[in-house]
Formats: sequence, C-alpha cells, structure tokens
Amino acid sequence: MADPKIKIENLYKIFGSNPKKHLPKVQQGMTKDELLEKHNHVLGVDDVSLDIMPRQIQVVMGLSGSGKSTLIRHINRLIEPTGGSLSIDGEDVLAMNEDQLRDLRRHKMSMVFQKFALLPHRTVRENVGYGLEVQGVEEGERDRRSAHWIDRVGLSGYEDKFPGQLSGGMQQRVGLARGLATDADILLMDEAFSALDPLIRFDMQSILLELQEELHKTIVFITHDLDEALRLGDNIAILRDGAMVQKGDAQEIVLNPADDYIRDFIKDINRGRVIQLRAITEPLPQGMTANGAPQLAGNTVLEDALAPLSEAPDQTIMVTDSAGQVTGSVSLTRAIQALHT
Amino acid sequence: MWEFLTEFPSLGRRDLADFKNTIDSAFRNFSREYGEALEAFFSPLLKFLVWFEKLLLATPWPLIIAIVGLLAWLGARSWKVTAGTVVAFLVIGFLGMWEDTMATLAIISVATLLCILIGIPIGILMARSDRTQAAITPVLDVMQTIPSFVYLIPVVMLLGIGKVPGLLAVLIYAIPPIVRLTNLGIRLVDKDVLEAADAFGASPRQKLFGVQVPLALPNIFAGVNQTIMMALSMVVIASMIGVKGLGVPVLRAISNQYLALGLMNGLAIVALAIIFDRISQSYGKRLQAHRGQGHG
Ligand SMILES: Nc1ncnc2c1ncn2[C@@H]1O[C@H](COP(=O)(O)OP(=O)(O)OP(=O)(O)O)[C@@H](O)[C@H]1O
Ligand SMILES: [Mg+2]
Repeated sequence: MADPKIKIENLYKIFGSNPKKHLPKVQQGMTKDELLEKHNHVLGVDDVSLDIMPRQIQVVMGLSGSGKSTLIRHINRLIEPTGGSLSIDGEDVLAMNEDQLRDLRRHKMSMVFQKFALLPHRTVRENVGYGLEVQGVEEGERDRRSAHWIDRVGLSGYEDKFPGQLSGGMQQRVGLARGLATDADILLMDEAFSALDPLIRFDMQSILLELQEELHKTIVFITHDLDEALRLGDNIAILRDGAMVQKGDAQEIVLNPADDYIRDFIKDINRGRVIQLRAITEPLPQGMTANGAPQLAGNTVLEDALAPLSEAPDQTIMVTDSAGQVTGSVSLTRAIQALHT
Repeated sequence: MWEFLTEFPSLGRRDLADFKNTIDSAFRNFSREYGEALEAFFSPLLKFLVWFEKLLLATPWPLIIAIVGLLAWLGARSWKVTAGTVVAFLVIGFLGMWEDTMATLAIISVATLLCILIGIPIGILMARSDRTQAAITPVLDVMQTIPSFVYLIPVVMLLGIGKVPGLLAVLIYAIPPIVRLTNLGIRLVDKDVLEAADAFGASPRQKLFGVQVPLALPNIFAGVNQTIMMALSMVVIASMIGVKGLGVPVLRAISNQYLALGLMNGLAIVALAIIFDRISQSYGKRLQAHRGQGHG
C-alpha cells in the first residue's frame, strides 16, 4: 500500500491559557467536560490519529463542536497542536519554520471555506488568482491560469464581477477555483458546501467529484451531513468531543457502527442506496462454482440488486470485482438482513 | 478643625509659584536650547507650505475653479455636488474672499496630507498590537479633549508665531480621527478573509497591503473626512498664531464687532467644510459600493 499523504498521530489540541500544563491529564483520560469544569480549558482535539491516503477524498464528520474545523486547521498549521505529530509526504510539518510553512501553504495545499472568505474588493478573476499572486506569479500568467479554472467551475463570463454580486453557490465556485488554481496536491475543505441550498449543494458535490476524477487530489472534506459524506468520501472519519470514534469506508461504518453515537448518525439514511454487494459478500461454499449463476458487480447497491436476487435460482447471486472475477455470493436473505440492521 | 474642611489644604502660594516657575523656566531653557534646531527641522515643511500657498494664489482663478470642479466630479460623481462647488467658489471670489480662501485651502490640504502620512502608519501599528493600542489611545484622547489654547502655549514658546506652529496646532487637533479609524478599520477586517490569506501562505506584508488596508479603506476614508472637518474647524484658532486665511478676518470681526465680515468669512469656512465633506463622503461610499459580502 502507498504511504499516506498526510499522517496525523496522537494529535491533541487544548484551548486555554495554559494548555501544556493540562495535556498530561487529558492524555491520562480526562474528558472534555471534566477539563472544562475543573480547569476551564476546552479540549478541541483529543488523541486523533489518521492516515490520509493520496488521491482520495477523506471525509471528517461530526456534530457541531466536535473539533472538525480545529482538526483540519492543524493540517496547514493555522492552529498549533498541543501535542502529537503531523507529517505531509513524510515531512514533519511541526518542525517547519515560518518560511517553510509559508512555502507549504503556497505550493502544497489550499483551502476552501464554509463562509467562502473571498476578498470582497477583488473581482472573480483576482480572487481566483490570489494564491498565484501570493506565490509571486506574474499577472499575465496568473490571469491565464485563473481563466482556466473559472471555466472549469462554470463561471466563464463572470470574471469581472465582484463576490458581492454573485449568489452563494457562485461565490463558492470562486472559492473552489481559487483552491484549485495553485495546483496544490492537497485540498482542505471545511464544510465548503454547508452554507448552500440542497440543490446547489448537490451540484457542487457533482462538480467536485467530476474534477476529482481527473485531478486525483488528496482532499480532506469536512461535513456534518452524512449524505454528503457517503457521496463524496472514499474514507470517513467520525469525531465526537474531539476524539476519533470510528474511521473506515462508508460500507464499514454503515454495516458496523462502532457505538450509539454513530448508530444515531446513520439511522436515517437509505441503506438500500448506500450498501454495496461487495460489503456483504460471503465466500463461496467449498466445492461450489460460479458457473451459470447470475452475476452482479460488487459496487451494485442493494436497492438495484433486490430484483435480480429474487429472480435468481436459489435467490443467490455471484458478486464480481472490478476485474470481473467472482469474489463470492450474496443471498436474498443476507441482503434483506443488511437492509434492516 | 472646621477650617481644615472648608479650606482645601493646598500648597502655599509661594511654593506653588516656585513650582510653576520651575516648570516654566525648564521649558524655556529647553526651547532656548532646541528652538532653533526644531525650526530648522520644520523648515522644509514651511517651505512647502509657502510654496503651495503661492502656487494657489499665482494660478489663474478660472483654472483653480476648473480643477476644484474636476476634483469634485471625480470624487463625488454627482452634478449637484460639482455645480454646488463651482458656484460656492464663484460666490466666495465675488465677495472678495478669494485670497484668504486660497490660504486656508493651502493649510488645510497640507495638514490633511500630513495627517494621512503620519496617521495611517500609526493606526496600522496600533492595529498590529494591543499594547501599542493601549499606549496610544490615551494620547489621542488627550489630543482631542485638551483645549487648543493650552497646547498653543508650548508650541508658540518653542516655535514662535507663524505658519508652522499653526500647522502643528491643526495637526494635533485633526490627526486623532484618522489614527483611530485606521486602527478600527484594520481590526474590523473579516477574520475569515484573513484566515484565507494565511491559508494561501500570504506573508504579513502581503496580508497588510493586499487584504487589511484595502478592506479597511472605507473606514480609513471616514477618518480622512473627519480629519478634514476638524482641520477646518481649527482655522480661526490657527489664525490667532499667525496663519493666514479665512480665520484672520473672523478674528478682526470679533474684536471690532464687524457682523457682516464675520458672517461672510464664517460662511465661507462652512461652505468649504460642506464641499469637502460631500466629496469625500460620496467617494468613501463609492469605495464601499461592491464590498458588501452579499448574501451568504
Ligand atoms: N479559539 C478557540 N478558543 C477556545 N475554544 C475553541 C476555539 N476554537 C474552537 N474551540 C472549541 O473547540 C471545540 C471544537 O471546535 P470546532 O470549531 O473545531 O468544531 P466543529 O466540529 O468545526 O464545529 P462546527 O460544526 O460548529 O463548525 C469546540 O468546543 C469549540 O468551542
Ligand atoms: Mg467548523
């Protein structure tokens, strides 16, 4: 397996007047509530370890106040950790001095914000080119590259408008284009679509997925919306009170929720549209062969598999991987169980 | 016993006189020692002021009116304001106040320019550190509340009577608003936007000139507007220590009870104030026009 692009290990963040002093207590298990009550310090991130793989969308989820924004701001060190380590491409980010850190932010990562955070006194073109301007790219080159990304997010013709003249959805397209324009490997997105109406939000997700298909960036995407997480995330990590409760791909989380907090999260989703056959495939019984039995691809969701399942002989279907090889079978009974637990 | 309560136990008359004398003579010594050096220090300023005043007076009046009208148009983009400005200047000239008005215009422009050059950097420094802000704020408070006549005394003792002390008096009175509003404007800059600049790796310098100052500009401009107004309100007091301009006839009118003379020159000052105010305010508004973050 490839090396992680971003490696977070035992990260802690305590907010307050003397965080270091209280770190040992937290490391020995003091909870967020206790820390607040006894010492008036806020536990933002509590012993989080996470490997984020290159070219994947890593979603971080959790309720309001669970530490999502705090965690993502450690990755570009907008926030200094109280304890733990963080490396990007194997480089220790916490050891970097100001200049190195600025370089990292200029070239290796960019960020998209919940409230857009565009420069209101600059046009769309100038906003999209901001990262390049900070890098010192000269104007002609900057405008050329901005134009490309403005086009990619579907804002051609709006180059000379100011952010205040655009709708929320359009403003966030500018935010996205600004994030993409520097060609950074890593894109940090903190609830980037949360401020948008559901329909526009869905559009933005589609744009992001479409771009990702060709760009293959490493994206850290924060959301508190499970549908969004399931739609975008190759991997999902769930935070509560600053601590990591569960991490894994969507299938694992939906089929094996670690605790009630997560069960609560997933209780309203349409399992038939999320769970894929590959996640509930059972190995073929000894001696049995796939010959003749109907086959379905592993990434078929249950909703689409039910009709073929009920028509299949023995109500059992062979499941194939992306190469077309049979990996096992799924029975109708098993599929129905998966829908209901 | 009763006496103690009704009579404040003050320093004896003699001690008090000594106390004041000590301060006075110390300052007098200081001014004897450094007065000339200070004068030399300010002489480029004096030269500039004199040059500018002469320039205004030497320029043919139609040209001045054309320039003022053009500036009004560029600033306000309104025919009303532009026409009002031109008419006001015509009337002022017709009523024989042209020269005094030019002198006042000269000192106001130079004072405003200096306030901007000194005030904005101080405001920026204040915005960068809470400690600087805590140190400078009381100084500004004193500058704005102390009666002008009180600081005229040391200024005159040091520099005598003339244009430069007058200019200093105007500066002391008029600089606080621009400092305050620069500081405020920068502090009010949206934290999210600043964070975005940080996230893209902007250096402190890039943040200051690319984000903070431009976003604070409407506030800074409100400060410039107030500074101009306050400078204008000092015209009469400044003329007491030898600054030429519309204040001089006003002073003469006060001591001789010339009602019409006082009114005319007073109204000319008001006219200048209104013109400057309208132009700079609508310019400030235009600066802000497309800035509203719009809907979320
Ligand atoms: N600068 C700060 N000072 C003190 N406490 C802070 C600070 N920033 C965040 N916190 C606290 O840290 C915890 C995590 O906050 P964070 O903003 O990371 O949550 P979040 O998951 O992003 O929430 P939301 O969904 O509302 O954005 C909260 O309890 C918050 O009050
Ligand atoms: Mg947040």
